[in-house]
Amino acid sequence: MNFTQYDRIGERVYSKTLANGLELRVVSRPDYARKYAFFATRYGGMDTRFQLGGQWLDTPPGIAHYLEHKMFDTEDGNALQELAKNGAEPNAFTSNAMTGYYFDSTQHFEENLRILLSFVSVPYFTKESVDKEQGIIAQEIRMIEDNPDWQIYHRMVEAMYKQSTARIAIAGSVESIRDITAETLYRCHEAFYTPSNMILTVVGDVQPERVEEIAVEILPAAGGPVIPRDYGHEPPEVAVHELRRSMEVATPQFLTGFKCRPAEYGEDWLRQALIGELASDILLGESSPLYLKLYDDGLINSTFGGDYELLPGYACFYAGGDSRDARAVTDAITDEAARIAAGEFDMDLYRRLRRTMYGEYIRSFNSFETVAVSLTEGCFNGYDPFRFPELFETITPEDVRAFLRDNVTPENRVLSEIVPGDAGGDVDGTGA
Amino acid sequence: MNITRKPIADGVNLTCLPARKFKTGLLSAQFVAPLSAQTAGAVALIPSVLRRGTVDAPDMGRLSARLDDLYGARIDETVRKIGEYQCAGFVASFLDDRFVPGSERLLEPVTALLGELFLRPVTENGVFLPAYFDSEKTNLLDAIGSIRNDKRLWAGRRLLSEMCAGEPYGVSRLGEEADVEALQVGGLYSSYRELLATAPLEIVYCGSASGEEVEDALRAALSGLPRGEIRTLPEMSPHAPRADVLHISDAMDVTQGKLEIGFSCDSDDYMALLMGNVLFGGSSNSKLFMNVREKLSLCYYASSAFHRKKNLITVSSGIEFGNYQAAFDEIMEQLRMVQAGDWEDWEIDSARSILLNSYASLGDGQGKLENFYLSRAVSGFDDTPESMSESVRTMSAERIIEAMRTVKLDTVYFLKGKEAAE
Repeated sequence: MNFTQYDRIGERVYSKTLANGLELRVVSRPDYARKYAFFATRYGGMDTRFQLGGQWLDTPPGIAHYLEHKMFDTEDGNALQELAKNGAEPNAFTSNAMTGYYFDSTQHFEENLRILLSFVSVPYFTKESVDKEQGIIAQEIRMIEDNPDWQIYHRMVEAMYKQSTARIAIAGSVESIRDITAETLYRCHEAFYTPSNMILTVVGDVQPERVEEIAVEILPAAGGPVIPRDYGHEPPEVAVHELRRSMEVATPQFLTGFKCRPAEYGEDWLRQALIGELASDILLGESSPLYLKLYDDGLINSTFGGDYELLPGYACFYAGGDSRDARAVTDAITDEAARIAAGEFDMDLYRRLRRTMYGEYIRSFNSFETVAVSLTEGCFNGYDPFRFPELFETITPEDVRAFLRDNVTPENRVLSEIVPGDAGGDVDGTGA
Repeated sequence: MNITRKPIADGVNLTCLPARKFKTGLLSAQFVAPLSAQTAGAVALIPSVLRRGTVDAPDMGRLSARLDDLYGARIDETVRKIGEYQCAGFVASFLDDRFVPGSERLLEPVTALLGELFLRPVTENGVFLPAYFDSEKTNLLDAIGSIRNDKRLWAGRRLLSEMCAGEPYGVSRLGEEADVEALQVGGLYSSYRELLATAPLEIVYCGSASGEEVEDALRAALSGLPRGEIRTLPEMSPHAPRADVLHISDAMDVTQGKLEIGFSCDSDDYMALLMGNVLFGGSSNSKLFMNVREKLSLCYYASSAFHRKKNLITVSSGIEFGNYQAAFDEIMEQLRMVQAGDWEDWEIDSARSILLNSYASLGDGQGKLENFYLSRAVSGFDDTPESMSESVRTMSAERIIEAMRTVKLDTVYFLKGKEAAE
């Protein structure tokens, strides 16, 4: 009775909540040799302040990512090599709101799954190994900070949000990670790596019952308490309207972002995400009149694009790329949004873009990684991503108009720019 | 999978990879030309110019609208180097008919648009639109220039161009800057017409439609293909052995040095070379990774690649300038160990697992399938993932040792910093 069949997208999923609170999803993929397991905790870069054992703890920025690096250490050595010896390709990532560990293999699936579940659930840190990681992560942070795309995005978020912990750089800073100790890592693991805060997703031709048996065998019998988190008390208005910095880049780049109303836990989350994406395509996608006009005027090139993002207590609609006149592009986007919101709506374009989005969504489920990450995000935020076709049908042109009217406005707008020059020179504007 | 390859028109072959497990269908059509310095730039540029517009959909807006209507179908231009051949064309990917709402079909209209892109480009005065030609030429020059920004890629290119100077294999996939710079719109249009008339066309389809349906759609879409005499592709040329090792170095404003080493192989047991290479430097459990990088920390990365179609092995590493000799010596020492059969059981087991895993999962990705079967058709190899797996399972240490003993140092390339050069 735990199977759900999704005919419109051709998926069949085994879903269960185990006695220890672990969410289990097994997506059947007959005819595939690959087997993919994704084990994730609802814990990421933005979860720095939380309550454990009745006390509020403030942990250093970058700690979730640091913990991810250290989890591969085991008492017997290193789990990465164990998995690689079986021909599996293991890896992990940390995002704002999750940390995920995974492997991909065609042989020894059950053995690999055991290794994955045990190294993620059993921490093993020593002072020496934690100290040794400082240098490696510091190098990684310097590399990230040298990346103009990252800088421009990060600074856009900082301009938009005053208090939200979504402002925190996922890897932290070279300074913030200095305070990380083995003890703090153990406490974070204790709080967030409990079965009831995690989800295991397997995609491939496997028997769900076997996956369940192995999860029960390896993982702790009991879940953990619910951990209250503090994402910061965010006011509706933006922090600052414009930020500009010089870096060693060939051409000026920009991102313009609009602070949006965050989504509610539940199906509203997915619905909101779909409306935001559709609004982005209609307003500034490659087939939109605005895109074609800006392109013809030489104000944007093929680097231009936009997206819509949701996190707990956070929503952002943004667009950007290379441009010699970021302000003109930003104004054009805001004006066009107002024009569309006021009622001028190209129904033919709307109908075509809906088709594209439909096709893109279903296409994306070719990827095992996308399937697993979507199910995980859905689980953490209270919706089922495979109900996409049904939900998509309920979205109307008025939803798109309302979205643009409420969110894509001059008050909600920020502009983050990187201009060519000496690295690190701040030439911040004063706000619009 | 019941895989078939058959001619469907003069010099046009269709490879069908039937699969119902994907959400999408994939259709790839590639013209195959001999790789040569004189023509590489033009061949690389043609698909990008064609992709800008057709007679019926003459600009980006109208082309996107057509694709939007087809549920976001994609048609991307591609240029690949396969051995000493250059493949240029389009790869289309579109929602499988089973997932299209209503009973609409996408295979036929997508194939028709693909044919239109090949056969009916928007023209002016009998040649490509100058505006499209100019901007795509600029884009191609940018792409060639940007190889220089990626020092690892750049150093790898430099090694091959020096090592295989005078051989087609030394030519870059995108052509050289100066040759692209010299292209004119009229000349490019003639090259395009010549490609249509004379180049073999390899088509690969992977998806749930039957071979007949795909064939019918293609016949309709390519009915106007103006075929002349189809050119017979030249055989691949073997790498000319070198009497003395060639040493080349460049100086650039970089902080990390790049040491690239080329070896020639003189064995036709390619499966033994392939596996020997995985042991040597082809994985994160290989000798180069475990020793040169992890144990001795002589480099930031060190790996090797086997160029099967040309029988070469190349090593790529990023090192501190001062570590040049130590890194070089250690790389050669690791090769010597492979040649002496000096490895542990887990090393060979791991090499076997990695290869078996990659052959087993080949059928799980449409892109990987397309690339494998296109490459097979172009180079005339007849092995399959199954036959290669079998060969890996039964591979003996003796065969690996014998084949790897023919590996001989050929060319050493070093990219050093400007200051280090002074």
